[in-house]
Amino acid sequence: MLVDLQGPWSPIFGRLGLLLDVHYNNPVIFFAFQLVVVGGALLAFWLTCTNRWKWLWKDWLTTVDHKKLGIMYILVGLVMMFRGFSDAIMIRTQQAMAVGPDSPGILGAAHGYLPPYHFDQVFTAHGMIMILLAVTPILVGFMNIIMPIQIGARDMAYPYLNALGLWLTVVAAALVMIALFVGDFSHAGWVGLTPLTELPYSPGVGVDYYIWSIQLGSIGTTLGAVNLIATIIKMRAPGMTWGRLPIFTWTTLASNIIALTSFPVLGVALGLLTFDRYVGTHFFTADLGGNLMMYTNLFWIWGHPEVYFVVIPAFGFLSEIIPTFSEKPLFGYITMVLASMAIALVSWTVWLHHFFTMGASPGVNSYFSIATMLVGIPTGVKVFNWAFTMYRGRLRFPTPMLWALGSLFLLITGGMTGMMLSVPAINYLVHNSVFVIAHFHNMFLLIAYASFGAVAFWWPKVFGFRLDEKLGKLFFWLFTAGTLLVFIPMYTLGFMGMTRRLDYVAHTSWQPLLLLEMLGIALYTLSVLAFVAQLAVSIRDREKNRVTGSDAWETSRSVEWMTHTPPPFYNFAVTPVIHDRDEWAWRREHGLTSLVPDRYLDIHMPKNTAVPLIIGMLTLFFGFAMVWRIWWLAAASLIAIIVVMIIRSFDKDTDYIIPAAEVEKMEQEILSRAAGATGDTADAPIGGGAGGAYASRHAPSQSRKDT
Amino acid sequence: MSSHATAPVDPNNVVLWDYEDHGHDFIGTRSIGFWLYMMSDAMIFAGLFAAHGVYVHNFAGSFTANEVIHPINALWPTLFIFTSVLIYGFGMVALKKGSRSGVINALLLSFILGVGFLLMEYREFSELAAMGAVPQVSGFLSDFWVIVLTHAAHVFFGLIWMAVMIVQIMTNGFTQNNVYRLINLKLFWHFQAIIWVCVFTFVYLMGGI
Repeated sequence: MLVDLQGPWSPIFGRLGLLLDVHYNNPVIFFAFQLVVVGGALLAFWLTCTNRWKWLWKDWLTTVDHKKLGIMYILVGLVMMFRGFSDAIMIRTQQAMAVGPDSPGILGAAHGYLPPYHFDQVFTAHGMIMILLAVTPILVGFMNIIMPIQIGARDMAYPYLNALGLWLTVVAAALVMIALFVGDFSHAGWVGLTPLTELPYSPGVGVDYYIWSIQLGSIGTTLGAVNLIATIIKMRAPGMTWGRLPIFTWTTLASNIIALTSFPVLGVALGLLTFDRYVGTHFFTADLGGNLMMYTNLFWIWGHPEVYFVVIPAFGFLSEIIPTFSEKPLFGYITMVLASMAIALVSWTVWLHHFFTMGASPGVNSYFSIATMLVGIPTGVKVFNWAFTMYRGRLRFPTPMLWALGSLFLLITGGMTGMMLSVPAINYLVHNSVFVIAHFHNMFLLIAYASFGAVAFWWPKVFGFRLDEKLGKLFFWLFTAGTLLVFIPMYTLGFMGMTRRLDYVAHTSWQPLLLLEMLGIALYTLSVLAFVAQLAVSIRDREKNRVTGSDAWETSRSVEWMTHTPPPFYNFAVTPVIHDRDEWAWRREHGLTSLVPDRYLDIHMPKNTAVPLIIGMLTLFFGFAMVWRIWWLAAASLIAIIVVMIIRSFDKDTDYIIPAAEVEKMEQEILSRAAGATGDTADAPIGGGAGGAYASRHAPSQSRKDT
Repeated sequence: MSSHATAPVDPNNVVLWDYEDHGHDFIGTRSIGFWLYMMSDAMIFAGLFAAHGVYVHNFAGSFTANEVIHPINALWPTLFIFTSVLIYGFGMVALKKGSRSGVINALLLSFILGVGFLLMEYREFSELAAMGAVPQVSGFLSDFWVIVLTHAAHVFFGLIWMAVMIVQIMTNGFTQNNVYRLINLKLFWHFQAIIWVCVFTFVYLMGGI
């Protein structure tokens, strides 16, 4: 062993002996454990009873279909969001309970119910999970599902790589979940503050879980970025010029350029930290030539672009939702594209604003202050574009539009508080206060709003039926009330001087606001229940809410609404030719909505493969072995990964052809099902029915070509 | 918005579906993905070189740069790796001519030169270890070992890839898969040579002065 390890180590079990010292008597963890075990058992029971194991394996686990992979990405994201939300409840309840010297303590805590070390793990896990394992997979999931259809592609450029990216993300999530029960998690904040993350200060395995989870997951994200960019460059349908790419596709491109270039820097930062912890090098130590600010620099050189990696696709959602429900083309297409790219570019020049107070010279701080403020220009352009899209539009307010509008308000408040923080003088005052926390939650909530909007917006496209509007609106209003009640008090507390990461609150005068936040988190909890109820009710009533045509909203504009709902696994029976920026709106206006081509062609498709799943499993073994320093297992899994990759490279049987006749048969089945569904309803065929031209009752824009 | 539905359209004369099935250029698609991957790899080295700028004087009272770095130590490996890249290039010429034996011979020679490069680095670093200049000693040495050995790891994986390619060309010949892999490996092999230029310049030449 190159470093001094505290506690036991054996060649076979590594550091697993540490577990013998852990007392599993914490009811909080025990409850979470029961939840996971019972949930898993129920799921396995259901799969067995309904005889679905084969279905699970064939249709999901081994699939390379970008739509299914996207759905699984979003599912992982939602599950981890639930986990991160549970952490948030714990943080809020602890802070509301542990106020003042007289506040009682239970479960071994002096105040509240979480001892400091446990509390530190909770907020670290909350931050890391929400950013890297909740928001990121949900956005990547949407990019996977929607973007290829939007550009008229049959699949992604590299379907196999796509599956690999998903399974690496799952490995990251799995490692974090394992850390909950086997060992502990990092207690050093989601940014991994050095030298606190160095071995002498964090001798357990928590930081190792943190390192390997992020490292392996971000390899998956990088692979996904390669895939998404190559897909946009290479797989566009004829006529889909750069000037006609839907804005969501543009934002996907901008965001993945960020991912492709920034995640490797995170890899370097964590890699060097890994060397420090495992080999005993001196990159970020406080002595022997180490430089702990170097970690902070490298981390935020990734970390700040990452913030824009997640916000830019959210802007893409808004740019699809708002025109649809304004029944107008997006205002200022070119400026929207330029703004997305400008934000991506500027995101690289602002990282130092995360440590204005480290003692840099006024020149450095001024540079980064101005660079930070520059971000406001393209973002402002976007806000005005959305506003002008709505101006004199024929507005409707179904749930996706409500989420989009909520998102705009959050963008404005979050943007303004961001401007405040970008002034170094103000930053010195509110540094590390909960004002900063309120600001970035404000920005992440903008992303959450846009994502929930996107879920409601594209759900009918992906699954073929609409979500329940009533419960959807209840979800929206409860969530909004929760947002206001948690984060307005938090901004206020920031001004009052409350710092972040407190497990004990000394000032009793802060308690009323903390209790208000508690009320907010209760409303959030109710909103989660409303969301779950919405999903359950919508799935129960799926026949009633079935979408008859291809276009669920009847005024949609881009190409993904030009294929069946839900799309068949080959997306388009015949590749569409693109004539206009808003191709579907263009076809609708000219009565060209038939989805029936003159003839069908053979389709070339990739075969399902279990290799990505196997590599994912091996990576999980590798990560677990590295965390516990079981060297033989780590080496064996690494070699196995390489061997599996080499074996796969010899596989020549990776594709197949669907003959034209079979395509025709499948298409006719879909079309007749759609026609049957239409016949049952009293309404006129809407949304691009199977049989040909129609005029949407929501699309009077033909007669309003003026403006 | 000029592009929105202003021009009249004859519904009977508009092409809505693409029956030609242009397909997508398989090898081109694979190459662009690999270029993108190399962008991310280049960022890894960008991060490492940025760190090098910080650690280059952090000797912590131990070995200084010109005590452990000798540009001559890096000169011979440089010749090996560049010759290897050149010969790989000859292999690509052979690929254009469709000469299977030409490609295999070039890959073999290229592989051997790459192994020679790694052996020389092994010798250099075992000498450093013998004199006690190990990465645990100072920030500077940590950085020196990591930056050079990260490059060595790239060479190592390139060599595994090259060995696999030799077997695949011997068994399958110039299939579409093999051709795109040869082209991508060419990119990768050139890339590690370019990174070596940076290592040689910024680490060995500037450090050895």
